[in-house]
Amino acid sequence: MSWGFYNTNLPPHLRVLKDEIEGYAREYGLDFFETIFEVVDADDLNEIAAYGGFPTRYPHWSFGMQYEELKKSYEYGLSKIYEMVINNDPCYAYLMRCNHTVDQKLVMAHVYGHCDFFKNNAYFAHTSRKMMDEIANHAARIRRYVERFGEDEVEAFMDKCLSIDDLIDIHSVAIKRRDDASKYDFTALDEPERTETEDTPRFKAKGYMADYINPRPENKPSDAEETKAASRILHFPERPEKDVLLFLIEHAPMKNWQRDILSIIRDEAYYFFPQAQTKILNEGWASYWHSTIMTQKVLEPSEVIDYADHHSGTMATSSRRLNPYKLGIELLRDIERRWNMGQFGPEWENCDDMEKKRTWDKQLGLGRQKIFEVRKIHNDITFIDTFLTPEFCKEHNLFSFSYQEQTKNYVIESREFHKIKQRLLFSLTNFGKPWIYVIDGNHRNRGELLLRHEHHGIDLKLDEARDVLANLQYIWARPVHLETVCDGQPTLLSFDGSEHTQQTIGGTDDRKTAAKTK
Amino acid sequence: MGQKIEQDLQRFRKIVRGKVKSNLSKYISRGEMIGKKGNDYVSIPLPSINPPQFRFGKKNSGGVGVGPGQPGQPLTAPQDGEGEPQAGDSPGGHILEVDLTLEELADILGEELALPRIEPRGQKNIVTEKDKYTSIRSVGPESLRHFKRTFKRALKRQIAAGTYDPQQPVVIPVREDKQYRSWKEVPKPDSVAVIIYMMDVSGSMTDEQKEIVRIEAFWIDTWIKRHYNGVETVYIIHDAVAQEVDEHTFYHTRESGGTKISSAYELCHKIIDARYPPSQWNVYAFHFSDGDNWGDDVPKCKDLLHHHLLPKLNLFGYGQVESPYGSGEFAHHVFELAEKHENVVVSHIPDRDAIVGSIKEFLGTGR
Repeated sequence: MSWGFYNTNLPPHLRVLKDEIEGYAREYGLDFFETIFEVVDADDLNEIAAYGGFPTRYPHWSFGMQYEELKKSYEYGLSKIYEMVINNDPCYAYLMRCNHTVDQKLVMAHVYGHCDFFKNNAYFAHTSRKMMDEIANHAARIRRYVERFGEDEVEAFMDKCLSIDDLIDIHSVAIKRRDDASKYDFTALDEPERTETEDTPRFKAKGYMADYINPRPENKPSDAEETKAASRILHFPERPEKDVLLFLIEHAPMKNWQRDILSIIRDEAYYFFPQAQTKILNEGWASYWHSTIMTQKVLEPSEVIDYADHHSGTMATSSRRLNPYKLGIELLRDIERRWNMGQFGPEWENCDDMEKKRTWDKQLGLGRQKIFEVRKIHNDITFIDTFLTPEFCKEHNLFSFSYQEQTKNYVIESREFHKIKQRLLFSLTNFGKPWIYVIDGNHRNRGELLLRHEHHGIDLKLDEARDVLANLQYIWARPVHLETVCDGQPTLLSFDGSEHTQQTIGGTDDRKTAAKTK
Repeated sequence: MGQKIEQDLQRFRKIVRGKVKSNLSKYISRGEMIGKKGNDYVSIPLPSINPPQFRFGKKNSGGVGVGPGQPGQPLTAPQDGEGEPQAGDSPGGHILEVDLTLEELADILGEELALPRIEPRGQKNIVTEKDKYTSIRSVGPESLRHFKRTFKRALKRQIAAGTYDPQQPVVIPVREDKQYRSWKEVPKPDSVAVIIYMMDVSGSMTDEQKEIVRIEAFWIDTWIKRHYNGVETVYIIHDAVAQEVDEHTFYHTRESGGTKISSAYELCHKIIDARYPPSQWNVYAFHFSDGDNWGDDVPKCKDLLHHHLLPKLNLFGYGQVESPYGSGEFAHHVFELAEKHENVVVSHIPDRDAIVGSIKEFLGTGR
């Protein structure tokens, strides 16, 4: 792939290194797509990073903001991007031109860890491996809309979409909640399948190009009206819908270009979320492999100090933020050790003799095999849930903290295992974001939108929630409501297009039945 | 850098500008920017402009950390704004700091307050002459030869003379064909200005009032610097006597004496005559006081202003801050002069909220 304005050729000495490290990675049993290293300058790297790794991403000012932040903190020497690798087939990874050779080695070894993870981890199975191309197509489509409808108009709409791009159902890729509807199929459920093929010829296209080459036929306005009328009679959605974006795409009265943009944002959100979902495991895995390959194979004696310095820099932790690299690599090593020594299973769990436990070693040597299995079937939540042990928490000095209303500060809450685990899992569940469902798309039989925040003990940040509601209202075009809990009181936040209201509701149950009887 | 990110960056900057513009009066009255001033840019803390999302509030929230400490102990790391502690490294919503150049800031100020541009006065600003290569002549040094024109003329001549052979297109310029670049001397306006700040530091001026003066001065500086190539500032403090001081002393001196405004005007007058002759300088003078003057001094002040100072100044701004002690009567006297001289502006600044209006009054004259 040529970028046009980047000269990304791999210099000969790096090509030699690449072949060497790739060989070691394969020897260890890592299994990855072909990996292409691009050598770029710091500035270009910042640009690519701002675009989430995709130089061809659609235009939006938020990338400009990202870029400025990255650039500034790089120029001030506060941060430096070491590695960036794209889940794609082939995998693309970026090397910074000015890095030392030892850093390049470290990054390459690390990258092969990621590439193996992308290819083999179950949670990446659904992601498109031609994302480089798809994202370029997305950008082309959005640019076309910008040309047709104006930058301000498109940008304003995209701002609204990006404000809700986290309202997706991450489990939908694994569970069949309902019959398949193609992502661009907007016909109502009860309408007979339309035969597009008869009026418009379909061109042969590769998977990632299909939507581009054979765009969805324009909906005739009358059709849209009919579908709306038809859907109004039904109570919908049939069950609470977590994929708010999908619901909007299917039911909100948007123009076609708007619908397309929202679909693009949703597609990209689904592509990116597994990376957030497996951050600890993925980074831990890659770090495990860079440390293994570096220390056992490629490190020259003269590079040891630099390597140790940079490795420890990556693993540094702070009291407020858990370093996913550190947590991941330590947990993986812990698993490897336990499975090597046979410290698992009912026999180990039920053993109360501390002395016996201390010297427990069955010499099973299953460690390596086990961590390969872990990288295949786990995500962060199941990883922590399954393998975090009280001993581990103690050894690594973990604690849980909570916010104190009086002091307006975070204080250490506990060092108890179950508390730590609970806090950790909570912060990982749904990416630490609130659970929002669409409850009713015809609320009060007036076509209003009712959402519910499933309350798990923490209130929403209200001012921001109101802004999101306003954005939703823009898309839905009718009043929108959000049921949530505020200071222990069930509360309904509403926005009708001109003003925000907040009212306490007697009990959510009444409301539900009331809505259902309509 | 790719062209792509440049576009997004410009777009982002535009949004930031818009944000700064719409919050300008807030920034002005809080004086937030002054502390953040670098050499030629200011850092402005902006509330996050990230798209809003459904998020958890702080109440009951928490997370997991690493390190020593007993339960109940507060986390040591500083609170970085709204940063939510989280596992992983997902970005917490933090306050965005954007850098604006002083020029940009001045433009925003100008747009928001609808300030007219300052037109430097008269001929006095012509300081340098610059050579501009804009014309052509037929003699000159070879190094300035205009290649294209020379060959064009040679071609014309050869065609006219019939010596040009399209089959063998050889063009040889001779002496008469040669054309040379030539220059013109262009006067380049190189306008300079001096801003003279005078402040009453007598006992009746409180710290809050000095802060107001500081904010005003910052914006006046910003705006005037936008319009001149070289701007110098002079600071004069006075109670019963006046003295020239540096910027820091200007804002941090407190005297307990009485007030004689004429002392400052006299010093100002002397400084202008000695160092900033109005024939070469655009002179701005701003005086901030609580309006309390020693009664007998008033006629002298008016005389100084009327006969000596005002004719030399582009603009004389009198800003009267309200103090719990001052009578505020001096403003009336200056106001009387304003009827005779159009370069006098009187502004009342009772509190911080009035700063915006006052800046507009001072700079709205376009002088």
